[in-house]
Amino acid sequence: MVKVRFSSALSNVTHSRETILEVGNTTVKTVLEKLVQQFGPDFEKRILDKGEVRRFVNLYVNGEDIRHLSGLDSPVKDSDEISILPAVSGG
Amino acid sequence: MSRVIGLKCRECGAQYPAIIQNTCYECFGPLEVNYDWDVISDQIDKKKIEAGPKSIWRYADLLPLESEKRIDLGAGFNKLHHAQRLGAALGLDQLYILDESVNPTNSFKDRVTSVAISKAIEFNVKAVGCASTGNLAAAVGAHAAKAGLPAYIFIPATIELGKIVQMLVYGPNVIAVEGTYDDANRLASEVADSHPDWAFVNINIRPYYTEGSKTLAYETAEQLNWQTPDHIVAPMASGALLCAISRGFNELEQVGLVDISNVKISGSQPLNCSPISSAVQKNGEVIPVRNFETVAHSLAIGNPADGYYAKKTILDSGGFAATPTDTEIIEAIHLLARTEGIFTEPAGGTTVAGLKKLVESGHIQHDERVVVYVTGNGLKAQDTLLKSLQRPPVIKPMLGEFERLSAPKLDIHKQQVAPIINS
Repeated sequence: MVKVRFSSALSNVTHSRETILEVGNTTVKTVLEKLVQQFGPDFEKRILDKGEVRRFVNLYVNGEDIRHLSGLDSPVKDSDEISILPAVSGG
Repeated sequence: MSRVIGLKCRECGAQYPAIIQNTCYECFGPLEVNYDWDVISDQIDKKKIEAGPKSIWRYADLLPLESEKRIDLGAGFNKLHHAQRLGAALGLDQLYILDESVNPTNSFKDRVTSVAISKAIEFNVKAVGCASTGNLAAAVGAHAAKAGLPAYIFIPATIELGKIVQMLVYGPNVIAVEGTYDDANRLASEVADSHPDWAFVNINIRPYYTEGSKTLAYETAEQLNWQTPDHIVAPMASGALLCAISRGFNELEQVGLVDISNVKISGSQPLNCSPISSAVQKNGEVIPVRNFETVAHSLAIGNPADGYYAKKTILDSGGFAATPTDTEIIEAIHLLARTEGIFTEPAGGTTVAGLKKLVESGHIQHDERVVVYVTGNGLKAQDTLLKSLQRPPVIKPMLGEFERLSAPKLDIHKQQVAPIINS
């Protein structure tokens, strides 16, 4: 059971702030594919550009930015928590 | 008529009303304030500015506030020092320093915070907050106190003791987070996202907040008799400050307050945490840094929100970026203090050390008119500086004891560079 938390900036496509996925041990890429299936092309358009995570999107697995892990190939375990947040804060 | 049309996405151009929002719902890009430049050009003139308050609010016509109610502790309108002795030491004919260490809470963050908290009042929020490496925390604490609003401040637990003491005095809720600034910032972003009636100055009202830093450019030009410098050097953490200074100079040309703005923009980051400077030097992508340790805590942001734009601003302007070591940063703090009488924290040391490196590498020419932004006060980082200084000798209060100290040991007034007469 993987919990995915969404930024409010995604509320117009997810209509909720979190969702639960039954995906077992997998990768971030597979989690995103499941989310695109669930929320449609509008979700994909906001998160991905030509198959890569958009510049201003931060994806975290248990608080760790996937750019510091293995990107979309970062492993996701059952019970992990994923957050999708804008990258436009701080400083 | 309102000067502000609304907010606009810097990436895709999508427009939004002027509300509490920092992210484009279409592409997650950053939002910026979208001004009506015709209205501003009609309202603005030099005499009105010169007769205005001696703070950032003399430039109110170029800031995104609708109401006259401002939380003003007096940020800005600081002295542009003609730094002749430091210039001579570095081989620069026309060096100027805008000294931000004298702001109400002793850093440039009072500018952005005064704008942001004033905007938060317009939004009628219940609380304010920020993620901070220390300087912003003090600024938000002070301005929130003045506004009578509760504040929630998220900091990495490892920042300088002097900064923690300063922020605590104002009475905000300080949350020290394990990990780096980026960890504190992510947590603060999630908290801000869960409280739509709280305004986190550098998160959900960031488009308004960053506008405050434009006043550094306005003040520079005004004190140069409405001319722009040839080259500026700014410290970089998120990159927002550097972008705002560049934007400020361009806006002055747009509204006709300066004839031409053709300023080379250069930046400096500590070598140990330099995602933007490294990207500029390699002309590559800004790659976030996860683990870093530097004396320049206030610049220690591994994942800079405006890194992409800062790199572009620098390279488009013909500037460059420096990466001084911690040792060079400390040396630069001493050099600035001993030539110009300005005591800065390691962020300012990073800027001066970066300036030195850019001169040595030929990216800054000796005859350029250069302005350097010294953004914070050395008193905030005494624990860091103490390691590079020797405590004075202690003697009994007797003339003989004084004279027994050898002259060379007491030669603390020795000039490191030639004195400038009539400076």
